[in-house]
Amino acid sequence: MGNRVGVIGVGQTHHAAKRLDASGVELIAEAVTRALDDAELTIDQIDAVVIGNMDHFENINYVDMWATDGLGSFMKPVFKVTTGGTTGTTVGMCGYYHAASGLFDVVLAVGWEKNSESDTQAAIATCANPVLERDPFAGAIGPLATEYSMYMKAYGATEEDAALVATRDRNNALNNPYAHNRMACTVEDVMSSPMLSYPIKFLDMCPRSDGACAVIFASEEKAKRLCPRPAWVHASVVRHDYTHFGDLEWQWMPTLERGSAAAYKIAGITDPLKQFDVAELYLPASTCGVKWMDSLWFCDKGGAPELIRKNTFGMDGVLPINPSGGVISTNPIGATALIRVGEAAWQIMGKAGDRQVPDVNKALATGFGGCSWSDIMILGADLP
Amino acid sequence: MGIYKNKRKITHTPDGYELMTLESGPVEYDFNWHLGAYWSKFLAEMRDNKRFMGVKCPECDRVFIPPREVCGRCYVAMNEWVEVGEEGELQGFTVVRFPYIDPNTGGLMQVPYTAVWITLDGADTRFMHFCDEHDESKLDVGMRLRAVWEDEPRPTSIHAVRYFEKIE
Repeated sequence: MGNRVGVIGVGQTHHAAKRLDASGVELIAEAVTRALDDAELTIDQIDAVVIGNMDHFENINYVDMWATDGLGSFMKPVFKVTTGGTTGTTVGMCGYYHAASGLFDVVLAVGWEKNSESDTQAAIATCANPVLERDPFAGAIGPLATEYSMYMKAYGATEEDAALVATRDRNNALNNPYAHNRMACTVEDVMSSPMLSYPIKFLDMCPRSDGACAVIFASEEKAKRLCPRPAWVHASVVRHDYTHFGDLEWQWMPTLERGSAAAYKIAGITDPLKQFDVAELYLPASTCGVKWMDSLWFCDKGGAPELIRKNTFGMDGVLPINPSGGVISTNPIGATALIRVGEAAWQIMGKAGDRQVPDVNKALATGFGGCSWSDIMILGADLP
Repeated sequence: MGIYKNKRKITHTPDGYELMTLESGPVEYDFNWHLGAYWSKFLAEMRDNKRFMGVKCPECDRVFIPPREVCGRCYVAMNEWVEVGEEGELQGFTVVRFPYIDPNTGGLMQVPYTAVWITLDGADTRFMHFCDEHDESKLDVGMRLRAVWEDEPRPTSIHAVRYFEKIE
């Protein structure tokens, strides 16, 4: 068990399809500056830095080198980490590990991406085995569409259930000034949007965005001294499960199932639906907002469609999910999962603005990558 | 920092210079992937003998397609080769309708195409391939599919199978 660690500051850029006004390093500086302002710190108070993105989206390697100026890592220890879609949570967890180790007190974690600089879908396709699986693998959307075809068959879930999730997240994004896509939207809008890859339609799917996010982690004593209400890290769990896509038990989401079970055990969560006050989940498509609810133990297997239809996860529901608008509203890939952690922390710190859920004591944040692995972080207002 | 403010379209810097994007132009470089003993045998058997060879784990008894040296779950070497059927069960599918850049060619993918996950008879894992049915209403999880082999000379790739077709 590591030392106690709290999030004491969060910053993010205004995300957009194309941030033509800023280079990658300028985008990073925007997020870092905002996180320092949020924590009321100066760069001199940062002991170590972690950064991550996926190099193949921009085809520029070594962000830990070329971003030094904007990152604020001059003459500081810096780590670069990259794990696909989970890069953002890996960056966050790496920041947490640094502080929890007792070797560093205040650690800056930064995720960023400029997806507008290349063809995102082609770059993602390079994650599939080039000899055996790349050709039929349709980027991120192919396996997500296929797993939902299985879930619909097994449990009678529908395309409309996914559309309900899409409308929830997209309408939530109207309250988030940082979100890339901010659009009022109905189930009919989603259902009549162009089919991308059956059964996933245009408005079911995440965009590709330019943006960056920075989160500052601090050891217990520093966090107490520097921040009136830190978001304490209660659990941090990773599960990977990939050799070949065809090996995976796609009818479930085993990494999320086992990872969340392990995290809940560490954090003392026995009834996640009641004990969490808010969740910021990495749902790359609305279909995941149906199927993966089973894997997070919110219900028995196959129970998710009923919960969705009852608005269990709306802003006025039992457990609000993605007040920020989630991944289908904003997706700068190396930052996407870190935004989940940052938004969850802001909910606990009471800094989430118009998207604030009242009285948040415990928050769940997840990352998704690969296919098909899961990161789980649990944050709380009370010391763990 | 940053001159971006709330989605306003910005075309120039505050002091009047146009904001620039520099295009890389076409970029091409080649890779040489070394397939090793298991994938080499797998592709050679498809190309030369029109059959699918998997391997069986001595501990969990799973038959893996495509074959590989180590069972990731049990972490033991697998040496027992097992021929699996050219027919199997459709486990999941998607009909891809959006074009995107094929990282293998640099050209646009031809759409629509149907990606399928099939459990070949005798295998425990799914094989990813294509189906010639592009109408989702005519596909159903659980239906039976059969490999349609490419004419000779078959390529050394998964395209030794042209696609899978429905068994009516």
